[in-house]
Amino acid sequence: MATLFGSGIKRREDPRLITGAATYTDDVKLPGLTYAAILRSPYAHATITRLDVAAARRAPGVLAVYTGADLKERLVPVPCAWNVPNCDLKVPPHPQLAYERVRYVGDGVALVVAETRAAARDALDLIDVEYEPLPAGVDPEKMAKPGAPTLHADVPNNIAFTWIVAGGDAERAFAEAEVRVKQRIVQQRLAPTAMEPRAAVASYNRGTGQLTLWATSQNPHIHRFLCSVMLQLPEHRVRVIAPEVGGGFGSKIPVYADEVLVALAAMDLGRPVKWTEDRSENYKATIHGRDHVEYVEMCGTRAGKITGLRTTVYAGLGAYASTVGPGIPTILHGLIYSGPYAIPNIHGTVYGVYTNGTPVDAYRGAGRPEATYLLERLMDLYALESGVDRIELRRRNFIPADKFPYTVATGITYDSGNYEPALDKALAMLDLGAFRAEQEKARTQGRYLGMGLASYVEICGSGPSQVAGAVGLGGGQYDSALVRVYPTGVVRVYIGGKPHGQGEETTFAQIVADEFGCPVENVEIVAGDTETTPQGWGTYGSRTTPVCGSAVKVAAQRVKEKAKKIAAHLLEANEADLEFKDGKFSVRGSPGEGKSFAEVALMANVAWNLPPGVEPGLEASAFFDPSNFVFPFGTHICTVEVNPDTGEIKVLRYLCVDDCGPHINPMIVQGQLQGGVIQGLGEALQEIVVYDDDGQLLSGTMMDYAVPKASQVPSIETAHTVTPSPVNPLGVKGTGEAGTIPAAATLVSAVCDALAPFGIRHIDKPLTPARVWAAIQAAGGTPNGASGNGKEAAR
Amino acid sequence: MKRSVTLTINGAARTVEVEPRALLVHVLRDDLNLTGTHIGCDTSQCGACTVLMDGRATKSCTVLALQAEGHAITTIEGLAAANQLHPLQTAFWEKHGLQCGFCTPGFIMTAVDLLEANPDPTDEQIRHALEGNYCRCTGYQNIVAAIRAAADALRQTRASAPARPSPALIAPSVGQPAAAGV
Repeated sequence: MATLFGSGIKRREDPRLITGAATYTDDVKLPGLTYAAILRSPYAHATITRLDVAAARRAPGVLAVYTGADLKERLVPVPCAWNVPNCDLKVPPHPQLAYERVRYVGDGVALVVAETRAAARDALDLIDVEYEPLPAGVDPEKMAKPGAPTLHADVPNNIAFTWIVAGGDAERAFAEAEVRVKQRIVQQRLAPTAMEPRAAVASYNRGTGQLTLWATSQNPHIHRFLCSVMLQLPEHRVRVIAPEVGGGFGSKIPVYADEVLVALAAMDLGRPVKWTEDRSENYKATIHGRDHVEYVEMCGTRAGKITGLRTTVYAGLGAYASTVGPGIPTILHGLIYSGPYAIPNIHGTVYGVYTNGTPVDAYRGAGRPEATYLLERLMDLYALESGVDRIELRRRNFIPADKFPYTVATGITYDSGNYEPALDKALAMLDLGAFRAEQEKARTQGRYLGMGLASYVEICGSGPSQVAGAVGLGGGQYDSALVRVYPTGVVRVYIGGKPHGQGEETTFAQIVADEFGCPVENVEIVAGDTETTPQGWGTYGSRTTPVCGSAVKVAAQRVKEKAKKIAAHLLEANEADLEFKDGKFSVRGSPGEGKSFAEVALMANVAWNLPPGVEPGLEASAFFDPSNFVFPFGTHICTVEVNPDTGEIKVLRYLCVDDCGPHINPMIVQGQLQGGVIQGLGEALQEIVVYDDDGQLLSGTMMDYAVPKASQVPSIETAHTVTPSPVNPLGVKGTGEAGTIPAAATLVSAVCDALAPFGIRHIDKPLTPARVWAAIQAAGGTPNGASGNGKEAAR
Repeated sequence: MKRSVTLTINGAARTVEVEPRALLVHVLRDDLNLTGTHIGCDTSQCGACTVLMDGRATKSCTVLALQAEGHAITTIEGLAAANQLHPLQTAFWEKHGLQCGFCTPGFIMTAVDLLEANPDPTDEQIRHALEGNYCRCTGYQNIVAAIRAAADALRQTRASAPARPSPALIAPSVGQPAAAGV
């Protein structure tokens, strides 16, 4: 039987999704259902001087109204679950509903529960709040300076932490270097914008004391744990179900105040409560990503050997420390500063800064796109400064293939890698010579083409739980699977991860079907319900296939070991003499006789004739804790044409060569990369969360926040190299974030190449036409060597 | 003050009592339990709520339920007749045109309208027709490929036979149990 591993079979989750038969959280309906709505602060920073909910309480259909004052004795504040050590992290209390003071536009002020969705929304208008506005700010650099408005009494200068990563001697490297480049880089705030808004439905049984919470979660076990803490309910009385989840991109990792409010209301009322955010609410109240102001520099030799990297980063955390917020600009950012290069001396200082913005947490790539972007921008600048070709510069500094496992200056050890073939393959796809000729010709016609590239390494597949504990994460990072074989030989696999678009219901079924030699249709993957699935840590950080998939593999192997014992007994043979082929156990040399997997499954489950000492049943579970993270890598290239008169950018080609180890399902890997790249191009070209100086959100709807549309984006050309990981039995690395991580760096590199004749070396993303045009004007407006007055005369 | 409205939903007449301000999408989801039509925004950008109204792709968040009085509405639930997938559904499945699936019903309904109007669209025309539908997962490439494949399939069936297309059966969620004998 051909192996399913490596086969691009159609997805097993699709039939329900293409027929409208899937159940997302907002689709859940229960008898006696009530509806909640949340009043949110219209001010970025203000004192609540009066809050009168009497009229709302009296409104038709209203069942309950809660304010922060009502709840502060009843709920444990929203916890931060990544308490990064050795950095003096300060986590001020984060109440579910603000009392006394609001700290960002979107901060919850009151909760209304009513008989209908409309009645709940209507009642919000009857709540009378008086605010006294306070000075506010959203720029993380400005907010860290003395004299900035202060959000939290115990956090001077809003600095939540100062985290340092250091390896080698960066100070000396810079002092002795022949070439130095530096750049101020702004990595703008982004809104994850999963297509499904967040929602929660809570139901409480007063007789059993059991709370059931349906929630848009990437990690239902983390939701169960943190909800039990906030509600002070025993963890076994909280059941979290993440049904179909319509995208997350990190925004459904955090445990939000809203979900707990809904649960509390359901417990009080004895009736189920549903809350669903609308999109405008999503842009205010669901976490944002990125938000760095960075001062970065690189040094090395004239011959192009990079010897040092130094950064000072102001990382905006928003108004409160979100669930894993502090870990993103530190552990997931600073530790990967070396990228694919051997840089012996690294020093980074990261200030985590509270601002009057929506809390910032993990958004696709989470820390690693920021690291890749600053590193690759510096590589391009270094190439210009040193005169070493930028492709050659990357080659000269790649960690050599024979040095793995390789420990970089930041102290982490890369599992495996072979970086040059990916670069070579991408260049071959492009035909660099032909492109350069076209670029040259175009310039003579006043057209500006550019080629950009970025090489990257990411840290993902988190990870050893011991390391997670050492870096302050308040949970494990193993994952789990329970493989259960039914009497008829069909299989259900209960997993600790919670896929929400990544296709593991298919890829994990492929793993199991290969192990048992059965049709993939005989294997069902079940995820998302804490009542039925073993303890796991969720789907994020490109970890589900390397970690949870490995648990599936190990559990399936355990099942097969037991099945083999039973088969040997039934065949009256020695276990050592059995082979398993095409779904059948048989004695080596007598393939005619044998017992199929299904026959063994039946016997195991009816238990009429089992070997002595073997228990009935055929199931096994596994908790897989990897020995290290995995480090996927690759090189992306893109070509663009820039219209210098309008600043418009046209992406001509986008090529990527990624290495995530062997592919279980190449079709799904390709889909992950295509979607990831387009999200990265959105970041590079058009996406930005905009606040005014008072912290008022200006990009609060889909009319204003520029999610890429079909007509705005190119097709992506994908290719691969395959370097297996030694740290898991599948050899796989993650691929969910790989597309996004280098995409912005690649695009900006291409635009700067196109605009090199104008003397432009860097423009901060997003490269909107207005920004590109302004940069051209600021640089003088005319290309070097072109006819005309040159740079100086234009202004 | 509720009012009565009668619509033809997926071929059957349905009468519901609605608030005058109720949007069609809310009536479909909350009153008629047709939850395959989704709500992804509140400004008519995302297209997750797209249905067919008298055969034309329409964002059901932009229509008051009362305005739909007497009109024929087709939702994603009404597209697969007698357990047979519509060629667009088949193509989205085969070309991996979806990941989380939340936007998918809207894309499929928009594409039904597109292929009615233009049975052989170019990629550029497809991308233009999808202006009002957002997908955050796929990067659109496989959605375009799926619509192109469905267009080809629909043209072939129309050219070769007058009968309805014969798309793949919807797969059962669990396969046949293996024959067991002891």
